[in-house]
Amino acid sequence: MIWNPNKECMSRDERSALQGKRLHKIVEYVYHNVPFYRHKLQEMDIRPDDIQTIEDITKLPFTTKKDLRDNYPFGLQAAPQSEIIRIHASSGTTGNPTIVGYTRKDIGVWSECMARCLTAYGVTRDDIFSVSYGYGLFTGGLGAHYGVEHIGASVIPASTGNTEKHLKLIRDLGITGLACTPSYALYLAETMDKLGIRKEDLKLRVGAFGAEPWTEKMRQEIESRLGLKSFNLYGLSEIMGPSVSYECQMQNGSHICEDHFYPEVINPVTLEPLPLGQTGELVFTTLTKEGMPVLRYRTRDLCSLMPGTCDCGRTEVRMGRIQGRSDDMLIIRGINVFPSQVESVVLSMPEFAPRYLLVVDRVNNLDTLQVQVELREEVFTSTFDTPAAVDDLEKRLAAKLKSVLSIAAKVQLKAPGTIERSQGKSAHVIDKRKL
Amino acid sequence: MTIHQLSIFIENRSGTLIKVLEAFKEAKIQLIASTIADTAEYGILRIVCAEPMRACEELKKAGIAVALSDVFALQLDNKPGSAADVIKLFSQAGISITYIYTFLMRGKGILVFRTNNTDLARKTIAENNLPYIAEGDLAEWA
Ligand SMILES: [Zn+2]
Repeated sequence: MIWNPNKECMSRDERSALQGKRLHKIVEYVYHNVPFYRHKLQEMDIRPDDIQTIEDITKLPFTTKKDLRDNYPFGLQAAPQSEIIRIHASSGTTGNPTIVGYTRKDIGVWSECMARCLTAYGVTRDDIFSVSYGYGLFTGGLGAHYGVEHIGASVIPASTGNTEKHLKLIRDLGITGLACTPSYALYLAETMDKLGIRKEDLKLRVGAFGAEPWTEKMRQEIESRLGLKSFNLYGLSEIMGPSVSYECQMQNGSHICEDHFYPEVINPVTLEPLPLGQTGELVFTTLTKEGMPVLRYRTRDLCSLMPGTCDCGRTEVRMGRIQGRSDDMLIIRGINVFPSQVESVVLSMPEFAPRYLLVVDRVNNLDTLQVQVELREEVFTSTFDTPAAVDDLEKRLAAKLKSVLSIAAKVQLKAPGTIERSQGKSAHVIDKRKL
Repeated sequence: MTIHQLSIFIENRSGTLIKVLEAFKEAKIQLIASTIADTAEYGILRIVCAEPMRACEELKKAGIAVALSDVFALQLDNKPGSAADVIKLFSQAGISITYIYTFLMRGKGILVFRTNNTDLARKTIAENNLPYIAEGDLAEWA
């Protein structure tokens, strides 16, 4: 089912024209209402009339998380305070939170986009839907809540916490849909085991999971333990909140509500836009937002936009899974390398534990990359007793790395348990280059 | 007809070999023979010892990457050419040898080898009445 076929299935030409028109309008709007953008555009000698088509977007300046912090609390707000009907704040690990104000129209657009997501998941007005994202300053709870109400399903504002009571409601009320983080979904499954509740006792059938990265493996585990079909829900509060993109029944990438949120993928170093299909940093421009519109906001999320059309009938462009953060990028011999690329290769080969270390060095003015990977116990079978067997495994890994990274890496196999368990992403990299 | 050989993956850096040998010492298991096949970066340490199954468990507990391989251990006559005669039998039977090494046990030459065609090797050994070492002999001979 499709909530708004007029927008979700419009022809690409028609949509480009709409995006161009909206981009012009939003640039004009921020030029007159946000001094931060007016100064930036003036510095670059750009007038709103220079922006007529969606292709003109590359002329515009970027916005970063730092810009939002520097203009705390209301510096980037475009609408007068009297028009703002809600304010969310995202927690930052350092410094000020990011404050995002929404007008009544913004809340309407958000509900509309969220309705598109839910409908794509198969949720209808007949569902009883529990929203178990946190309600409050975080956008997850209220964002999903308004979408569920908008499509006319019954919303249970469960929020987080009191999991046992929540499970009782899921069972007794026959709740059919659930929105939460994937890790909370797994926590629910554990609590079910503890209470002796079986998935057969529940009527759950649809899950909308997001707000944190998750893997295909987690998806399988959640689905088998909760007995529902799970869908990805992506969003970020700087742009809107959950509903920026969503999986359809094809589950091959997440459709972006691109008549409202225009996506680009850029090289995070040169800031050049990348062709469709290439991995880089995801950038969004809000095309219709009134409260706090942003131009070319750098999400720091790495992913690619997928070429081609989807079998579900929607023409909205799809984004692939988030592969990491652009802050983690390494430049080796001029090539951008992400630890997450190495991780995906390591995880794809059953011989290796999910532990690895990238060691970057510079020898005779040439960058070198060594990838250390840890063998699994299971590798040590009766035939793993010759140097040829070790070489063969090493060569297969090296070939896969080369094809994914586009540069050669020296592979170093390590015995089980000899790579230290990492704390966070940066622990996967040792850069010995003295530049 | 086969015995269990320990095949241990080690990185070629200091301290790795001693860790393995210490584990044997700890477990009070006697080594009978050892050989190493190595490349620039890694080595496969092959060990014949008393109680190979228990040795494998103990090494695993000590965090050592170890596998058990089935190998043949044939007893040789103490005279020149005896190894050649034995190998010739296998080669005539069309059996390829993955690796081979020899050692002395109680004054007798022992020839250890692994092949991918274990069944045919068994048949050849039986047909030619070749004297072999069984796993039970190891503890007793050590
Ligand atoms: Zn689709």
